[in-house]
Amino acid sequence: MDKLLEILKEIHADVDYDTCETLIDDGILDSFDIISIITEISSEFDVQIPANEIVPENFNSAAALWKLIEKLEDE
Amino acid sequence: MNNILEYMEQTAPRVPDKLAFAGENSELSFGQVFARSKGIGTALSARGYYREPVVVYMHKSPDMVNAFFGVVYSGCFYVPIDEEMPAHRIGLIFGALDPRVVICDGNTRDKAEALGFGGEILMFDDIRDTAEDPAALAKIRKAALDVDPIYIVFTSGSTGVPKGVVACHRSVIDYIETLSEALGFSSETVFGNQTPLYFDACLKELYPTLKFGATTYLIPKKLFMFPVKLVEYLNEKRINTVCWVVSALTMISAFGTFDTVKPEYLRTVAFGSEVFPIKQFNLWRQALPEATFTNLYGPTEATGMCCFYRVDREFGPGDVIPIGGPFRNTEILLLKDDNTLAAPGETGEICVRGTSVTLGYYNNPEKTAESFVQNPLNKAYPEIIYRTGDLARRNDRGELEFISRKDYQIKHMGHRIELGEIEAVVNLEDGIRSSCCIFDDVKKKIVLYYTGDVEKGDLSGKLRAGLPRYMLPHAVIQIDSMPFTPNGKIDRKLLKERWMQGGQ
Repeated sequence: MDKLLEILKEIHADVDYDTCETLIDDGILDSFDIISIITEISSEFDVQIPANEIVPENFNSAAALWKLIEKLEDE
Repeated sequence: MNNILEYMEQTAPRVPDKLAFAGENSELSFGQVFARSKGIGTALSARGYYREPVVVYMHKSPDMVNAFFGVVYSGCFYVPIDEEMPAHRIGLIFGALDPRVVICDGNTRDKAEALGFGGEILMFDDIRDTAEDPAALAKIRKAALDVDPIYIVFTSGSTGVPKGVVACHRSVIDYIETLSEALGFSSETVFGNQTPLYFDACLKELYPTLKFGATTYLIPKKLFMFPVKLVEYLNEKRINTVCWVVSALTMISAFGTFDTVKPEYLRTVAFGSEVFPIKQFNLWRQALPEATFTNLYGPTEATGMCCFYRVDREFGPGDVIPIGGPFRNTEILLLKDDNTLAAPGETGEICVRGTSVTLGYYNNPEKTAESFVQNPLNKAYPEIIYRTGDLARRNDRGELEFISRKDYQIKHMGHRIELGEIEAVVNLEDGIRSSCCIFDDVKKKIVLYYTGDVEKGDLSGKLRAGLPRYMLPHAVIQIDSMPFTPNGKIDRKLLKERWMQGGQ
């Protein structure tokens, strides 16, 4: 989880990722952010996020994103 | 036909109930757009606004489109402003325009007031249902000429001060007629708009919708982050035509979206503003074997697009998709540095001749005189052409191939180098998502920035095999994401600034 938070902090240092659950709904992340997050995750965690997992629910909070990474790592 | 509004006046009475423009939260039929446009025109005219810029500062929506047409009814010209544009840039634009009136909605009113704008702020909702004054509108129309402006859109200037490009009815009519011909629009066309409303790119959807009685969906911006949802949206709305920037298309293909879902109704795909990486392009063609693909090229100063190439053959790694040739009633002159025409294969600057050339930059005679110039091949009478600053050559099929901006052409160790050519080689490598070369004119270094899943060392090795020695980058830097300009093009200026300031 720390590694993920580091990635996210790199993109927007001023967001409180522990509590924010509206990263997408409130427009905090834009499409370029999403692309960098996906790229970073694939190199740091050795998982590929498939297109059908690139949905708002998985990117709205750090916790949701972490759950997705764990799920993909188990597969 | 002398006035862009004639499209709406012919179509709306024919299909008043058909859906014209739809957004995330609202939609408008042709009958509604028609009535409200005349109402807004009447409201502006009654307040004494005429033949002057009217800023439209609203959230991207069918209402914003409606405001554009209303402004044209009043005999004024609209200046669309991005809701999210930084206050500093809006300040520069207001400085260049000195407008007396701004049309706002609930999203922008406070921001407009915070700018310290001294003129009148009109709320869209307050003026949209104004009763039409047919006599006033008829009087305006009678005095209108086809060389009168419709809109001003601002492009970024190389010096950082935005320049307002002024386009007239005649240029836009010419563009809509020839573009519709080239892409085969009809009353059956369902557009999925991606580009912002504050650039000329959206002309491709807005005016053909009026001309044919077609339909335009303004796709919610958020969907461009979520490829599967985006394609599902295209299918739900039965969108059959898109004119998107390349990066919006590659966002879908690069993440394997087509394995999950394909756009079922899409038959016309037009793209432009950037080079389409061939690997991504071929994924699109495989996914949509029935669709036509058209590469578009053109500067804002020549009204939207001026060249097109409809893909008619296979493209493999290393091939370049040409920009083809001009639309009907436009000529492209490829001029060399000595102002003579480039021979086939020779590089020249793309210069546009024809009705598509816009009126120039608003309140900026110096910049206008730099690029809207007398045709050097015509010494006999005044004839203005637009010098794009873009370099191209004709291939052996006679098609134009874009090379790069003139500013990206550098001279290094006695060699003439197009930075775009280095990028083209880099983009061929597996795993490269995007690349951008800049030239450090102080240390005389070529610097390559790239994004993708390739190790720096591996890439350098491969480039050695693909590029002449003098074109090899001196520094190769991997970054997480490319910075983009508001136009959706890679922000070269920003990368260069970062490099020159010693950062990466």
